[in-house]
Parts: sequence; C-alpha cells; structure tokens
Amino acid sequence: MSIYEELGLKVGLEVHRQLDTRRKLFCGCSASPSEGSGPRLRITRYLRETQSELGEVDQAARFESRRMRRIVYEFSPASSCLVELDEEPPHPLNEEAVRIALTVALMLKARPVDEVHVMRKIVIDGSNTSGFQRTCMVALGGELSVDGLRVPIQTITLEEDAARIVRSDADEVVYDLSRLGIPLIEVSTAPVLNSPSEVTRTAEAIGRALRATRGVKRGLGSVRQDLNISIKGSGLMEVKGVQELELIPRVVEYEVRRLRHLLILIEELRSRGVRPEAVESQPIVDLTGVFEGSSSRVIRRKIGEGGVVLGLRLPGFAGLLKGEGDVRLGRELSEYAKAWGGVEGIFHSDELPGYGIGEEEVRAVRETLGAGERDAFVLVAGREQKAREALEAVRSRAAQAVYQIPDETRAALADGTTCYMRPRPGSARMYPETDIPPFPVSRELIEEIERSLPPPLESVAASLMKRFGLSSQLAWEVIDSEMLEEFEEIVRLGVSPSVVASILTEGLKQLRREGAPVENLTPAHIRGYFALVSRGATAKESALPVLAELAKNPSLTAEEAVERLGLKAPPLEEVVAFIEELVGAVPQDERRSAAGRLMGELMKRYRGRVDGALLNKLLMERLGAQRP
Amino acid sequence: MESWMGYSGFLLEMIRAAGVEIGDEIVVERPDGSSFRGLLMFKGELSAENIVVIKLGNGYNVGVAVDPSCRIRRVAPGRKPAFVRPPPPPPREGLPRVKIIGTGGTIASRVDYRTGAVRPAISSEDLVSLVPELSEIATVDAEVLLSVYSEDLTVREWGMIAEAVWRVLEKREFSGVILTHGTDTMHYTSAALSFALQRPPVPVILVGSQRSSDRPSSDAALNLIGATWAAARAPFAEVVVAMHAGHSDDAIAFHRGTRVVKMHTSSRSAFKSVNASPLAVLRGQDLTVLDEYNPRGGDGFSYEPGFSDRAALVKFYPGMSPEILEYLAERGMRGVVIEGTGLGHVARSWIPVVKALVDSGFFVGMASQCRFGRVNMRVYNTGRDLLRAGVVELGDLLPEVALVKLMWVLYRAQSLPDVSKMMITPVARELGARMLPEGVEPA
Repeated sequence: MSIYEELGLKVGLEVHRQLDTRRKLFCGCSASPSEGSGPRLRITRYLRETQSELGEVDQAARFESRRMRRIVYEFSPASSCLVELDEEPPHPLNEEAVRIALTVALMLKARPVDEVHVMRKIVIDGSNTSGFQRTCMVALGGELSVDGLRVPIQTITLEEDAARIVRSDADEVVYDLSRLGIPLIEVSTAPVLNSPSEVTRTAEAIGRALRATRGVKRGLGSVRQDLNISIKGSGLMEVKGVQELELIPRVVEYEVRRLRHLLILIEELRSRGVRPEAVESQPIVDLTGVFEGSSSRVIRRKIGEGGVVLGLRLPGFAGLLKGEGDVRLGRELSEYAKAWGGVEGIFHSDELPGYGIGEEEVRAVRETLGAGERDAFVLVAGREQKAREALEAVRSRAAQAVYQIPDETRAALADGTTCYMRPRPGSARMYPETDIPPFPVSRELIEEIERSLPPPLESVAASLMKRFGLSSQLAWEVIDSEMLEEFEEIVRLGVSPSVVASILTEGLKQLRREGAPVENLTPAHIRGYFALVSRGATAKESALPVLAELAKNPSLTAEEAVERLGLKAPPLEEVVAFIEELVGAVPQDERRSAAGRLMGELMKRYRGRVDGALLNKLLMERLGAQRP
Repeated sequence: MESWMGYSGFLLEMIRAAGVEIGDEIVVERPDGSSFRGLLMFKGELSAENIVVIKLGNGYNVGVAVDPSCRIRRVAPGRKPAFVRPPPPPPREGLPRVKIIGTGGTIASRVDYRTGAVRPAISSEDLVSLVPELSEIATVDAEVLLSVYSEDLTVREWGMIAEAVWRVLEKREFSGVILTHGTDTMHYTSAALSFALQRPPVPVILVGSQRSSDRPSSDAALNLIGATWAAARAPFAEVVVAMHAGHSDDAIAFHRGTRVVKMHTSSRSAFKSVNASPLAVLRGQDLTVLDEYNPRGGDGFSYEPGFSDRAALVKFYPGMSPEILEYLAERGMRGVVIEGTGLGHVARSWIPVVKALVDSGFFVGMASQCRFGRVNMRVYNTGRDLLRAGVVELGDLLPEVALVKLMWVLYRAQSLPDVSKMMITPVARELGARMLPEGVEPA
C-alpha cells in the first residue's frame, strides 16, 4: 500500500482547453484574437453579489463582492465587441463549438444531454464582465483508459474563457478582454486518482483525446488543469490553474504535505485542550501605541500612512505557526489575511522577535493581549478597516484549525505550491442564462458526428509511421509536440519528414533547454521557415539559429530572421561559379582525391545557407564533368 | 393546451402522476437503462415539448428527453425557488428624504424562471436592500405604483404617474422624487412628466437600467445611486432622466426630460441628449452642471395633467402613400406629427392630402427623422408648399417629444389655431433657439 493510499488521497482532474473555432462562444468576435493589436481602450466597472434562483447567495461570490474593488477592462475593438463589454445580450451558442464538444463526448463514450441549457456561474472577481461565466453541460459520464486503469469521466462542459488578469492590488484589478468568450471545453474525471503520477498520466491522456478531435487550440495558455484534492479527514481543495503537466505531481505532493500537517495540528491542538470557541471569542486589539517609534520599517510606514497595528491572541497555539518546511499554519493564516483583508501579510509570534520588531515590543504585545507562553499571537498593520477584516479572517481560520480543514479554492503557483483564493463555491452560484435559447441535441446530429469521428491518436501515430517512415517514438513525439498539422503541411512542401520531425521535437526541446522563449514561436514562423527551406532559400542546417532568433523576436518573419542572421542562400549561379573556381584551381589528376577537401571548403563557406546534399551533388557534377 | 411551469401534454401528465412539484428531487429512468437525477426546474418557452429540465447536484441544468416509456420518480421534496430580500440597512439620522416610486422595467425586474424572461418583480424596497449605499445618501421611502413593461404604458399610466408625483410634491416632505422605469419608453414618459409637472420644487428623476438588477454587472446600482444623490442634493429641480454617461461605471448623466432619446438597444449609455447637452453629469460626489435650470424651492410649480391619445407619429419613407393620414383621421385622430426627411419634407403627392386634412381642422406638424438638427421648410419648394398647405414647422423638437406634446396640447386646446400656437410655444425647455456644432476638435 502506497503512502498516498494510506492517506486516502483522492484527486479529481478537470482539464480545460480552448477550442479552435472561428468565432467566440457567444458573439461574432474572432476566437483567435491577437492581444495588443489595434487601439487600446479601457472602461471601469464594479460587480455586486446576486442571488441564485433558489434565493441563496453563494459564499464565494459574497467573498469577492464585499471587497468592491474597482475593475478596469482593457480591450481592443479588434477582438472585443459589446457582448464582451456586457453591453449587448449574448448571441446563441456557437454551433461549431457544440459540435467539437459533442465529438469529445462521443470519443470518451459520454452520454450527451438532449437539450443543452446555458447557465450563469457567478464569478464576481471581475474576470467576466457580466459577473458570471456562461457554461453548459454537454454530456455526462464516459470513461478513459489510462495505462490499463479505467478512469470514469463525470462531466463534459462547454464554457467561455475568462478575461486575463493584467495586474491587481487592494483597490483595483485590471483585465485584458481579448481572451474573454473563447470557447473552452472542460473534461472532469471522478475523484478516483490515487497518486501524483496517476493524475499526470490521466491529464496527458485527456489532452491526447482532446487533440485527436483536431478542434482544440494548441500552445501555452490554451490548456489549464484544475485539481480537486482531498485526503482522509480533510476538506476538498479545488486547486485552479495548473498550466503545465510537469507541475501536476508537485502540486499534488505539496497539497498532501500541507493537508497532513494541518491534520497533525488538529491532533496537537486537541491534545492541548484548545477549544474553537476560545479562539472565536478573542478580541481584536489596537496595538498601535505599542509600536510608536518601532524599528520595523513596514510598521513605521503603515502607521505613517495613517494605518494601525491590530493584534489577536491565539490561545494555546504557541510554536504551531512556524510549521515545517514549506507548510506552515502561519502561511495559511497569512493567505486568509491577504485574501479577505487585502493586506500585505501578517506577523506572528513564532517568527518574532524579527523583521525589526524587538524583544521589548513582543513583551508589550503579549502583555496587552494577555498572551502567555503557551499562546501565539498575530499582528496586522494597515488601514484600520482592512486590518480588522484581515484579523477576523485569521481568527475564524485559526478556530477551524482546531477541528477541521475547510473546503477551499486555491491557486497553483509556479513553484508547485498553492495559495488560498476564496471559499469553495457551492451550486448556489449557478442560475439559468435566460438570454440564450436551449440548444437541442438531436439524434440526427449525434449520428452525423458519430459518422465523422476523427481517428484516435493511436491510429494517427501508426499512419505517421507508415506514411513517413518515422519511428514509433518520433511519431508520438510529433503528436505530443502539438504540431501535427504543421508537420503534415511542411512535409507536403517536400521537406524530408524525418528532418521536420526531429526539428519540431528534439530541436525545439534543445532550444528550450538553452533558454530560448520557444513559446513565442507561432505556426506562421514555423511554416514560413520551412517554406524557405523547401525553396532552397536557406538550408535546413539553419533551423535552430533561425527558430531561436524568431523566438526571441517574434515580430520578425522567417525570411527576415534568415536575412538578419546572414543565413540566406546565395544565388545558385554564385555557388556554381565558386565550385568551378575551386575545381579549376586543382590539377586535373588530383581532382578525384580532392573531393573530400573541396567539400569541406564548400561547407565552411555555405553551412546553414545551402543544403549540403545540394553542394555535394554540384561538386561531384563539376568534378565528373571535367573528367576526361 | 394546458401548461404548467412550461410543461404540457404527456410530460405534464407524467409529472402529475408522479406527484412532483418544482424543486423536488426526481429521477428520470429511461428504457435503455440510463437515468438522470436532479431537481425539477421551470422550463423556458423555447425548450422542446418532450424535455424535462433538471438541476444536477453540481448546479447545472440539463434537458433530458422523455417519452411515455420513461419513468419519473420523486425522490425527495425540494425547496421552491424564491427571492429572499437581504435585510435593509439601518436608517441614518439627518439625511434628506427621497421618494422612490416603482413603475416597472428592467431596473425593478429579475429573471422569471417560469418563462425564462426578465420580468418586473422586485419592489422598490428590494432595490434599497440590494443597493445599501442609497441609505448613506438619503432616507429612502419606496412604493410600487405600477409593475409594467414600459412598452405597455399609455397616456393613462402617464397620468397616474404624474398624479402620484404631484401628490408627493404637494406634501413637501421629500428632497426629490425618483421613478424607476423601463428604459424603452422612458423618454416618452420623461417628456410627458415635463409638460405635466412644470417647474417642480424638487428634482423629479426617472431612472432605469439596461441590465436587470439581479445581475452582478447591472447598471441599476450606479444609476440608482446617481439618481438618489441628485434627488437629495442636486441644485436643479427639473424632470430629468438619470442613466450611465458612458460604458464605464463612473459617471451618470442627467438629461432634460424633453431633450433625451434612447439611442441604443442594449448599451448602458443608451440615453443621449439630442439637440442639447445633458443638463448635468455626476462623477462620484462631483456634479458638473452644463446648462441653465429651474432651481430648487421655486414657487412656480404648476400641475398640468391630462393627455389625449388622439395623436399619432408617422415616419415618412420614399414611396410612402399619404393614405395613412386619411386613415388616421377617419379613426378619430385629431393630429399627427410627421417625421419627415431632411429639413422637413414628404413626397409632393402628400401636399393635397395634407391641405384637405388641415382644412378640416386636423393638425399636421413636421419634425425631422434626421435625429439631429432643426427643421426648416423654407429652403426648398416642397417645404414651402407644405407650409402653404398648413403644416406646422416644429423647430428642433424631437419627434417623440413632439408627439407627447401634441397629446398634451390636444387635451387642453380645441381649435386648430390654438393647437398650432401651443405647439410652437416653449413649455418645458423642449424647444431651443440655438444649435451648436458637435465633435469639433478643440483649437
């Protein structure tokens, strides 16, 4: 039995992926907007909480609403219209997107619904101008085979992508609207995955199934995984926004470490006899007086800005906030303070004296709060209202630490850890989108899609091997590179399949290792480069330097990059003239044995510019032509 | 056919036989062995007849096709959809008192899960609960007068609204009156109230919203906050329309009731002053007044109710026959405002018909379908001939306002000369003397 099984780890996976449709899900804007093109406009908005049709207010919505931040949307009319601005009702559901979603559903043996009803999922952090994300259930059930493991699929939904956050602080959050409304498919598994590697392999398998439809977008930002993680005795953690597959095991491992630590804390606090009511009843105390003239720069600055220092005693918590390694109750409390109060962070007694806060001040705080040796305390400096809200959140989270690990929505961070975002939303945040008529899924439509289901990737790989003589490994690498379409197109231009395949897979990996921003490369760059190769305008040997140049300067065309690097092939006549000159300089009877040396000179002069095979052919012709 | 919560026919019979109510948890079992479990939901008009709409445990609604071979089973009783009003904020001492009168429209509406459409439903009290900032600006006293779509309003309702406002103004207890109103015809009502409530002692503010108040992004909150602020504190005492000035939630424009039109089907900045600037713009607590106004507390208030519904508005198009005018006269209409082309023209074929009607005492006024600018019928022959036939030039009156004014005038003037004279005599700043350029770059 693995450690994960012992802990009762259960992970459900949600894979979100943008669909490659012509138009957005609910309007006529292009679904492939280029950020930054066209004039930039901005508008300001505010969002408020509302009730579902059952008369409930969702706690996640209430969380965002009470912050009442100013929301700024930046957009270009080239990629956003009045629908994205929430100034025009949505148009009917994009049929092209529904068809792709149904294709996915049938490939995963899921059961399509008979009528698709679009819902409003309340999300009032500003990422949707309307204050809700439009989403609809397209199919239920289904299953996926992952290395022999049968993973049940729960739901397949179609939704609109949200706006991209540009920056945010306590008062204002700025979003870019170009991404808003791009169709996204979400495939969710049942919470049956029991180890980090199972989760990764399942994500990979779902990714392949989605790509097999040839109807999904590729590249960075087009895919995002959410993980629903729990262990025995913990609440459910919905970790959002894991972009890279490699991060999945690290996030799962971090969450397991974190939840285990919090479970141990529950035991410890219980054995110390700490009661949640004792935490809940602690007053929030103004300690600004204690910190007049403090040597802590942060505190001096906050007080200087008209702020206060508030403190909270945590009875019986001494020594429990510093935690172990990267999991600490102190960090949990700090994340709650930041999320609910919009403050920069907290100070807690396990790390004091420190941060410029001296022994004397700690003693005075303990005295004012009545905190004994067995107690911990938390301090927050900032504007009174925000500091108070921060400590209220800390108090309520600390009280829960005695008996439970609450359900949370968390964000995945780039270092593989996670941080608290907000409480987990319930079903109260869903209500019908009455502006959009239901979409009937007729038997005829299902039969039509069934007849034209794309081949699974296994047969795509087999076909690559057969048609182009690729090895099985190279064939799968081409598929996983997500550049199958480009590969097939380039090969049609007459470039050698194995050359293209190895540049698109190994070549790009090498560039990435060397630190080139490969994610900037567009299909147009790659197609453009190989078109030059196929015309003899540069040699295939120039691939890595040219692609590296394009990655660094994505505004260049392939032709410009080739020119900039001096890798443009000279006119054929010039090459021929040079060969004839070389050959002419060699006495007639030495010419046969000079072939190797002459080829070396040619390569020295034309490497990366003229194809070696072509040089060799021309040289041999000249050598042969002058044979008596 | 009988219908209940959107269900009818055999499906309704199955639901009844299973004893299921909306909101109950049900299982739909199909002969192929598949089953769906969730709460039974209302069903929109556009859903197909054989579809049961259920809400799954994760909150999603889905449509499940059912035929008589399926089985619907009730698993557990549910809660009925309901709107729970949040507790109103505690009143503050010493604030101005503002009256809010509800007449319906999007601002006072929420989604009706029966029809799937937006319906007038929530009361003015609900609005105060939903926008707690109002209680920091004024002590709000709300009542519902009407609950109708604005396209269903008639001269009768204009009269009811005017009377309700007049009663409030007579009491002299409030710093301002707010009318929540559907936006589609808000500019007609604002014109009507401008004629019926002349030089009021306090502001009379019509406010609406383009997105219903049950949406997180609704413009209702800011519009209401702006209207309440102006009702409590603005220096002008006029009938105005308060709506978003632009696409952002940062400024409210106050448009004179006789100078405003709805210019966009869905944008939150749909209302624009035409042939005039807005009376004022509010940003935060900062009010910029852009035109002369009737000040608060003046004693020139006069209540002039009454509208005749025997007037019509006709938009001329190329090739249009003048028979429409004869038809209107036959149906008992006493006058018409024509939206003519350009400076105020209709086809020459209309001239004899117009002349005959005017000679019989029928009023024909001319406004322009150009939207901006003033009519002038002395520039071209057609205009001069129409004037000779008895058409009255209506200056820069907006066509909608001209119609409302004609309805108001016909209620109080009998003879054609009196009607014509009143139509061109300014009553509520509906006519202007100067037309200014728009969109000129600053020097």
